[in-house]
Formats: sequence, structure tokens, C-alpha cells
Amino acid sequence: MKEYFVTIYKGVRSLLKGMKLTGYYFTHPREIKTEEYPDNRATLKMFDRFKGEVVMPHDEKNEHRCTGCQACEIACPNGTIKIITKQEIQPDGKKKKAIDTFVYHLELCTMCNLCVVACPSDAIVMAQTFEHSVYDKKQLKKVLNKPGSKIMEGVE
Amino acid sequence: MNLFLTISFSSIASSLHNWLTKTIGNLTMVQVTEMVLVGLSLLVFLVPLCFVLGYMERKVAAFMQIRLGPNRVGPKGTLQIVADTVKLLFKEGLTPNASDKFLFNLAPIIVVVTSMLVMAPIAFAKDFQLWDLNIGVLYVSSISSIGVIGILMAGWSSYNKYSLLGAMRSGAQIVSYELSVGLAIISIVILTGSLRMSDIVMSQANGWWIFKGHIPVFISFVIFLIASTAEINRAPFDLAEAEQELTAGFHTEYSGMKFAMFLLAEYINLFVVSAIGATLFLGGWMPFHISNWAGFNNVMDYLPSSIWFLGKTFFIIFIIMQFRWSFPRLRVDQLLTLEWKYLLPISMVNVILVTVMAIMGWHF
Ligand code: SF4
Ligand code: SF4
Repeated sequence: MKEYFVTIYKGVRSLLKGMKLTGYYFTHPREIKTEEYPDNRATLKMFDRFKGEVVMPHDEKNEHRCTGCQACEIACPNGTIKIITKQEIQPDGKKKKAIDTFVYHLELCTMCNLCVVACPSDAIVMAQTFEHSVYDKKQLKKVLNKPGSKIMEGVE
Repeated sequence: MNLFLTISFSSIASSLHNWLTKTIGNLTMVQVTEMVLVGLSLLVFLVPLCFVLGYMERKVAAFMQIRLGPNRVGPKGTLQIVADTVKLLFKEGLTPNASDKFLFNLAPIIVVVTSMLVMAPIAFAKDFQLWDLNIGVLYVSSISSIGVIGILMAGWSSYNKYSLLGAMRSGAQIVSYELSVGLAIISIVILTGSLRMSDIVMSQANGWWIFKGHIPVFISFVIFLIASTAEINRAPFDLAEAEQELTAGFHTEYSGMKFAMFLLAEYINLFVVSAIGATLFLGGWMPFHISNWAGFNNVMDYLPSSIWFLGKTFFIIFIIMQFRWSFPRLRVDQLLTLEWKYLLPISMVNVILVTVMAIMGWHF
């Protein structure tokens, strides 16, 4: 008998708790999470954790940090990255491996971040862009190192 | 302002009646004309009402789920429901080949008609009622249970296992919850001593039953809310539809306007149930009065009675909507447990309490 009333009490209490929460949300429209994308494009703020695509930052002298070690290519689980290297003659006459083209297939990338973690010289990062849709798949194949760019001084 | 206050629905109705008697003369013809007019005005009232309820439901749902809801079609999405209706109008009303075609097409009509019939004894404003019959409450509870026949028909004739299951569930549910609704209504009938809707409203002139009747009436009110939510097959008691289990339950096979009729009936039922709840427990069109506060009472009297009625009705509609978006759906066994183990015994004891209270005159 006592159990019967305890059940009723507990049930009513938990139902009221639920209604309190929905009532709170109903009366506090500020809590609304909906983003009215394209309308709020100018003010849109992405979360830090959001990963849009892999990019290679270049500084103002058109220099990047990529040594061409291919660690990212090995780390990538689905062959998104293809690195074509070349041999560069150093001023002292020694040959050195350098990057010729960093090919990145956006259409294959799963934004898993493994390449960024694998890179020993922090040459690539994740960007937050997300409007990637194009009409032709070929446009998704990107070359990340800018034309004429070279490696930064001091990055080994 | 003064002119506005003197024009009420009852004066419009009576002047219309006088005008008709004068121009037509023949009393039978006057009555027939009036019946047609009443039917038409009911239809004219119901369609916008369903638009409003449909919009309200979406917005309430959205806000409770921290969303925005419809906001593209028309200002703040108000025309969304019009767009949906137009879409439904253009859809093909498909009848499955193996179905029982006669029953299949009859079912939505029965469902809509029964839900409209229940509108008859509801007092929309002071002296403004379609039919003030002396067994108003009994009429309401008996007619509203006919709706389940339409649902069973729809489920049976569709030749679809989901429809049939949904209809059977709906049958079990309505048969059980009818009892609790009935007992909750009876407690008010005991206090009023009349089944007539206008008597019930008049008995609340000095305070609504929910205030006058102490805790027992409050318990009946809660039971009425729960059980009538179940009776109109709304979530958390929407086992008859149960999207995740039965696609759409009894109206799985319906499309186009026939589907829209079920939707219409659902919203009319929602309105009717709330209107009856408002009439029985919250005083119908009676303004809110606090005894001995003459000034306050006068201010309250300035609001038209129709506004009071609609306000209370929409308050109950809101609560029922909040139920829908707060609680998860019950399983079939939980549904029956709730009714037979909790609501029914409680309402039985409650009726006895109310009776004792009415006999001893403990209520105000
Ligand atoms: S994010 Fe993942 S899938 Fe994309 S390029 Fe890097 S390792 Fe490959
Ligand atoms: S991006 Fe980093 S890991 Fe990839 S080749 Fe360049 S330096 Fe090596």
C-alpha cells in the first residue's frame, strides 16, 4: 500500500520536473540553439572543435613549414594526401629533399585530424571553412603549397 | 468603446433570429435556415481554428525543444500551415487496392463529424451556445466515444498490419480512459446537480470549481487532463499512431485530403476537450472574480466573455501540448497500468470524496 503512494508521488514529481524544464525553455527564447544559416553568415561563429578542411598556412614571405617528410601522407587513412617531392640544391652544394606539390583531395578527406597530429613541423592545420560544394569533383583536388613558396628558414 | 461592449455574440445571434423571423415568417423555415447558418459558421470557425492550433503546436514544440520552428513562409512562419494545406489539397487521395473501399473512405468522415458534433453543447460566450440540451455533459461523453469507431474503421479497412495494430491499440486505450474522463466529469456534475452546460457555467458565477471544490476537484481536473489527453490520442498516449513503431498507425494508408481530415479531427478534438475542461473546471466564459474585490471584479467583467472562454481553452490546450513535448510515449502495458491501477481507483475514491463534500456542503 505504501509502495503504491510512493510510486504515485515519484511519478508526479518526475513528470512535473520534465514540465518545469520544457516550461523553462518555452519562456526563455534566448536558449534557442538554431542557427539561421545563410542569414547569419556574417556573424556565424564556428566552434573551435569544428574541422572544415586541411590547409597549409603561409607567412607574408610566402613561406610554409612543410619539409616534405610525408608523415602526413602515411598517417592519412584514406589516401587523401599525395606529396610530390623534389631534390633542391642547397647553396653549399648539398642536395636536400623539398616539397614540390602538396596534393589534397578534399572529396576524400574525413576531417579526422590525423595528418595534423602526425606532422612533425606543424606545417598543416585544420581550417573552419565549410562551404565546399562545387559542381565539378575536380575542383575539390587542391594544391596546398602556394606557387613559388618555399620552406621557412630553420624548419628541419 | 461603449458600442463595442454592448455588441456580444448573443446579441448578434438574437438580432439575426429576429431579422430572419421577420423576413421569412414561416417558423420551420426560419429554423432550417438557422441550422444551416450555424453549421456554416461552425465550419468557418473550425478551419481557422485548426490553422491557429497547427501553428501553435509547431511553435510550442519548437520552443520547448530549443528550436525556432517554422519561420520562412510568411511573417514568422504563420503561413506555413496554409502552404501545408495547399500541398495536401494537391496530393493524390490514394485508396489501396486491397482495402475495403467503402469503409476506407467513410472513416475520415465519421471521425471529423463526431468531433464536430461534440461542439454543439459548448458555451462559447455568454448566452451563446449552439444547443443547450439538458444532458449536455452526457451528450459530450457519449458522442466523443463514437470517434473511436471511425479510427477502428480506418485501421480495419486499410488492409495494413500497422493500421490494424494502431486501431486496436486506440480501441483499448479509449475504452479504458473513457472511464476516468467520465468519473472526473461526474464529480462536477455531482457538485452542480445538473448535466446542462449552461447550469454548470452558472454554478461557477461565484468562483470556479477548481477553486471552490478544494483538493478533490483539483484531483479530478488533473485526472481529466491526463485521461482526455489519452482519449484524443495525443502524445504521450499516441500509441495509435506511434511513428517509430507503426509508421503512422491507423492513418498509415491515408493521403491527401483524407489524411488532412484526420488531422483536422485531431485538432478539433483537442479544442473540444480543452473547451469542456475549461467549462467544467475553469468556469467556462465566467470572468475571474475574487469575492469582496468589487473594483477588481468590475475590471474583469469588462473583458468579453468569449475572450475568457477562449483564453481558458487555450490555456488547457497549451498544457496538453506541453504534455506532448515533455513526456515520452508509454508502452501498451504501462498505458493500461496507469489507467486501471492508478487513475481509475483514484478517481473512484475521489468521486466519493466529492459526493461527501457536496452533501455536507463543504465547498464554497
Ligand atoms: S584529416 Fe584525416 S582524412 Fe583528411 S587528410 Fe588528414 S589524415 Fe587524411
Ligand atoms: S605537412 Fe608536415 S607531415 Fe606532411 S610532409 Fe609536410 S612536414 Fe611532413
